[in-house]
Amino acid sequence: MKKTVSLTLMLFALWLLWSGIYTFMITSFGVASVILCVWLAHRMNIVDSEGHPAHLALAHITYGPWLLWQIVLANIDVSKRVLSGNINPCWVRIKAPQKTPLGRVIYANSITLTPGTTTVQLSGDELLVHTIHREVGEDLARGAMASRVSKLEGQD
Amino acid sequence: MGGVVDILSWICIGGGLFFSLMGGIGLLRFPDFYARCHAAGITDTLGSILILSGLMLQTGIELNLARLILILLFLLFTSPVAGHAIARAAHQHGLEAQVDGEDVTDA
Repeated sequence: MKKTVSLTLMLFALWLLWSGIYTFMITSFGVASVILCVWLAHRMNIVDSEGHPAHLALAHITYGPWLLWQIVLANIDVSKRVLSGNINPCWVRIKAPQKTPLGRVIYANSITLTPGTTTVQLSGDELLVHTIHREVGEDLARGAMASRVSKLEGQD
Repeated sequence: MGGVVDILSWICIGGGLFFSLMGGIGLLRFPDFYARCHAAGITDTLGSILILSGLMLQTGIELNLARLILILLFLLFTSPVAGHAIARAAHQHGLEAQVDGEDVTDA
């Protein structure tokens, strides 16, 4: 029930942002579409901690900027490799230490979002990652990002 | 004040263009499919982050600013999913990567 309420409020806030026209008629269309979406999500059984991970929103306040900085560093690194041609691609096989599937997906997504590393497969807790250079892969295998995501997930 | 914001905004947009260009050059220079994915990642991430940040500085504090932030957020959520889907499809259909040496493991 708490999830349903917060999903409704978030969707409506989002709708208000997109719309910008706040006459009674237009806003009531917004309310109707939000209710329709929440009802559909309910029927699909996706209003749970996976489909609507509101409990992670606060944790993202510290994880987001950290990830952003990693992305900036990785972009500069890969751009240098584009210009210098210094690449040595390799596969990396690592374990995702997160306990929940959602945590593992956040980890795999963060890896893919960072240029120079692309998650190719995630089955169980096994990750197969393609990296642009062996150094990048070894850095990933040291697991700084993995422990960050574990912390985000709320476990130690 | 407006001048400073304008300059920052142009630095951001120029930087975004530079990194998008790097992505394009990498796409042409890198030897195989998987390496090219990394190059495309530059355009996807810092390219769009910087261009959208530059636009945010141009916008100022109004509704469009919140919209631009949300667009950036959605881009950052969806682009790795798309990138992963493409790489995974290639891998599952048996496309070999040009790699040197052993796999790196965390063990």
